[in-house]
Amino acid sequence: MIGPALFTLLSHWRQHRFQLAALVIGLALATALWMAVQAINTQAKASYAEAEGYLQRFDQDALTAPQDNLTVTDYVGLKRSGWPLSPVLEGRIRLGGHNIDIIGIDLLSAPPITSTSTSTSPQSSESDQGAFLISLLRAPGGLILHPQSAAPLSERTEVEIHASTDVPPGLAIGDIATVSRLLAEPHRLTRLIYLAPNAPSARALAALPSHITFTPGNSSRIAPGTLTQSFHLNLTAFGFLSFVVGLFIVQGTIGLAMEQRRGLFRTLRCLGVPIRHLILLLLIETAALAFAAAAIGLILGYFIAAALLPGVAVTLSGLYGVEIDNGLALRSSWILSGFAMTLLGASIASAFAFYSLWKLPILQAASTQARGQRILKNFATWAQVAAFIFVTGCLAYLALSGLAGGFVLLGSVMLSAALLLPLCLWHLLLAGQRKASSPLAQWLWSDARAQLPGLSLSLMALMLALATNIGVGTMVSSFRLTFDGWLDQRLSSELYVTARDDAQGTQLQQWLEEKGIRVLPIRFDVLQQRSGQITIYGVRDDATYRDNWPMLDALPRAWDRLSDGQGILISEQLARRQGLEAGDTIALPPGWPNKILGIYADYGNPHGQAIVSMAALLRNAPDATNQRFGLRLDASETPALIKEIQEEFDLERENITEQEKIKAASRRIFNQTFRVTDSLKLLTLGVASFAMFISLVTLWSQRLPQLGPVWAMGVSRKTLALIDILRSLLMAGLTALLALPLGLFLSWTLLVVINTEAFGWRLPLYLFPLDWLWLVLLSLLAALLAALLPAWRLFHLHPSELLKVFSSER
Amino acid sequence: MSVNRFLLCLSLLVPSSCFAQGFAGLGTQADGFAIPEPNYRFQFPADHGAHPNFRIEWWYLTANLKDEMGEEYGVQWTLFRSALAPGEAEGWQSPQIWMGHAGLTSASAHFSAERLARGGIGQAGVTLAPFEAWIDDWKMTGAEDLSQLDLAATGGDFSYALKAQAEGPLVFQGDRGYSIKSPEGQASYYYSQPNYRMEGTLTLPSGPVSVRGNGWLDREWSSQPLSENQSGWDWFSLRFDSGDKLMGFVLRGKNGIEDFRSGTWISASGAVEPLAPGAFEAAPLEWEEVAQRQVPVRWRVKLPERGVSVTVEALNRQSWMDVAFAYWEGPVTVSGSHNGTGYLEMTGYQ
Repeated sequence: MIGPALFTLLSHWRQHRFQLAALVIGLALATALWMAVQAINTQAKASYAEAEGYLQRFDQDALTAPQDNLTVTDYVGLKRSGWPLSPVLEGRIRLGGHNIDIIGIDLLSAPPITSTSTSTSPQSSESDQGAFLISLLRAPGGLILHPQSAAPLSERTEVEIHASTDVPPGLAIGDIATVSRLLAEPHRLTRLIYLAPNAPSARALAALPSHITFTPGNSSRIAPGTLTQSFHLNLTAFGFLSFVVGLFIVQGTIGLAMEQRRGLFRTLRCLGVPIRHLILLLLIETAALAFAAAAIGLILGYFIAAALLPGVAVTLSGLYGVEIDNGLALRSSWILSGFAMTLLGASIASAFAFYSLWKLPILQAASTQARGQRILKNFATWAQVAAFIFVTGCLAYLALSGLAGGFVLLGSVMLSAALLLPLCLWHLLLAGQRKASSPLAQWLWSDARAQLPGLSLSLMALMLALATNIGVGTMVSSFRLTFDGWLDQRLSSELYVTARDDAQGTQLQQWLEEKGIRVLPIRFDVLQQRSGQITIYGVRDDATYRDNWPMLDALPRAWDRLSDGQGILISEQLARRQGLEAGDTIALPPGWPNKILGIYADYGNPHGQAIVSMAALLRNAPDATNQRFGLRLDASETPALIKEIQEEFDLERENITEQEKIKAASRRIFNQTFRVTDSLKLLTLGVASFAMFISLVTLWSQRLPQLGPVWAMGVSRKTLALIDILRSLLMAGLTALLALPLGLFLSWTLLVVINTEAFGWRLPLYLFPLDWLWLVLLSLLAALLAALLPAWRLFHLHPSELLKVFSSER
Repeated sequence: MSVNRFLLCLSLLVPSSCFAQGFAGLGTQADGFAIPEPNYRFQFPADHGAHPNFRIEWWYLTANLKDEMGEEYGVQWTLFRSALAPGEAEGWQSPQIWMGHAGLTSASAHFSAERLARGGIGQAGVTLAPFEAWIDDWKMTGAEDLSQLDLAATGGDFSYALKAQAEGPLVFQGDRGYSIKSPEGQASYYYSQPNYRMEGTLTLPSGPVSVRGNGWLDREWSSQPLSENQSGWDWFSLRFDSGDKLMGFVLRGKNGIEDFRSGTWISASGAVEPLAPGAFEAAPLEWEEVAQRQVPVRWRVKLPERGVSVTVEALNRQSWMDVAFAYWEGPVTVSGSHNGTGYLEMTGYQ
């Protein structure tokens, strides 16, 4: 009995292949987007975990000097008095044209620097490996880098470059001899790792030189994981949204398939198939379909992720200074969670259909007509659920606050708005119907209302996709506008020149000043603070800064006081990270001015930055390099000056950069950063459009009983087809209008709550009505495309088909 | 790549252990390093210091000690130097690598510890006038002619501080300090001070112990001490109750090549006589499992021309130096035609 029953049930899909395709594609698309985001997140997190685990090896108990004046002599003195230590020297070098963080360790005494579990060492056999390690120790030495970072360097450096996946991207490891030579730091050390399992005795600690302190491990670093968490939450939210939109498609098609098979169910049950068996068979059918869809979705998702990952990598390295591995690894956990998520999604999407089947009276006829008050009652229930979700979301926001709270609020508002949509549309259509004068127009409005139950899910999906597009689009555009303005302010010199060395820098400066050109030296010192790295720039007192520098908050006469050496200007990130405001003081080594005179915007920089007067900089860092200069001159004179400088100083052309080129490069990085967001935005809209298309196409077959009588009353098929298109446009248009306020709310939350948490800076909200118009047009276009096929079929329908309505209607 | 593995590889460079693979060309080639020549005229105190143009070098002191209860102990204090390239350079750029090994053995326990350092920064090295050889907080200091030494080392659960007083002249091994190590002519510069009277304190987990006894210092440097066809060595320094002393070693041949045996007889009167090749005989009598391998712990040692036929037996059969590149080193007792004590080092047992 079960076999034939299953066969009979499945025969439905043979007859409705399009419906089958819609179901599988819908679920596969939803899975694909969700999985793509998951893959990216998993990959990034694995990279962080590796990097963190890696850094932790260097983050053990250690002796450090808060003033950063630890020397090799200190190290030897401590070793000779019995301290179990291993020295570490860190810095940043330019290698083969790239800036790279470099860690030098004493290969003789360092604790294991790479994990053997994930080891794919460059050398395999023991003696080869021995030779490899000796080669690291023996001059000229070598550096180990991640293959991704190593590739562009090979053959362009004096030291040997070894690729190993044991080292996180963006970091080079080498023996301390090699690193100290590359950094030209023969005496300095960054810290001394304490090797004994027990903490040093109080007596040993008391005997330490006064400039050295004992720092317990795991206390001094900010984990990249916490910094980037928000970025991934963002991606996850996107992925989840796509998944939910995809589920709308699934629920639509499964509901329809159930509805269409009611006659079949009735027949089967009358033939003696128990309802339990029937449900079981349908469950098997759904599971099988979901499984197939998940498989397709996983493959699709993998490719989407592989395409997006480089963009994500650029974003993470550009905004957070975190490097992730570019190669996408296929993880079993990822595949399993994909299947689980799809099956779960399919069961949620079909739960209601199964419930109604369970409750279905055995002899209930198929019924696809408008059910007036019952629909309204359904919509009202949804609205109540919406209200409940909204209130819960608000309470959660108040309770959680911060980033997670922001996302919960966002999710609940989006979901409740979506649930509220059918009720709003119902009333809008009803109002339209009341306004309409001609009978045909009245029918159009009323027919649109009758279509609502079938279309509401895809319209909800459309609204969510539109709102997301508006919200994220507003955020990105606001950011772009702010960023562009900021770039203009920040890069105010017409020309930037880099000298070969300090001596040439001094010559160049003198030569330029003799020619009457305003020279703004760019000199800085980098402080390694416990809270992170701070780059402190020294500036000349020049109108360029006073007029252009993008200040967010400043004390009166800030620039005057800065040039008097009375204080410091700090970047927004630094201020937010340490909770500082203008007027506060910032913790810096003695000698630096520390009263905060103002806070300025510094977008896109993962590290803290500050500005003092040139005199203050040179007092504290007399060795600050003097190689880079901003030049103020008339833009028309730049080509001639470039030529002159090149001839006079024999400088490469790449050492001289025009303002415009730097701006273009910055914008390129910016655009790359948001390419992922753009892609996800478009994909979501695509899924929503597909959902609408599916709904309209599937509704088509049920529409004949309603169209037949209208046709019989003398309305031509052409007019009916046009009305169909018009109705579809009407629904999409109304939905788009309702999506607008939701989208604006979304962008506000993204800019004010999420961004501040995620990036460390707050952005002003700019509105872009033209973009919205464009989106409304886009959704109308989607609706038009979606309605075109059913309308075309209606237009070409043979009159006999319409006549059949009267004979075959049950 | 783990550092332990690294240390293992590195220690293949270190003299007492570079038998196994002729690692990094060590077996045959000298890569710009100086080579020992016959008829070398030693200059002191300069030759007590380091010779950075040679690849390897060591200051190697072993002592047989007794406490007031007659309980026997052995102590080892060794500083190895191993160069990645000939010569010396400032700071981290120095190609010299130093390694310290300390051992303390009783009949029932054996302790070992090691230190690694690089030259150039002052963490390890040897200075003259006054003499000091050190690595981290381990030290061997004293008179510039090595007639008197203080030595100290600390491990995880042991330490010792000893004084040594020389009671005789330096002894030059081989041909006036030119010691041949293989039929192909590999050689080293090698002299010893076998006549130290020792006293001091050993600190064991159970507490401090005052001890007295005799010590033996070996100084050796070279650039190519081994033939490719040698797999390890057994080195004996024996001190007979008669006052005579015997240093003998067997460089075990492999690939069908015969063992290379050599040594020096130091009579009670102080006369030194290098042994003819093959005169010194040593054969294992009993093997013991030590650190998952079989190691001979009882030997028959013969020197027929001097009527020596003795059994040499480990005081503690598990005298395993559990360092990056591990080997067996410990005090021995001598019985048979002659009675006495001594030290035994065995390397290259897999």
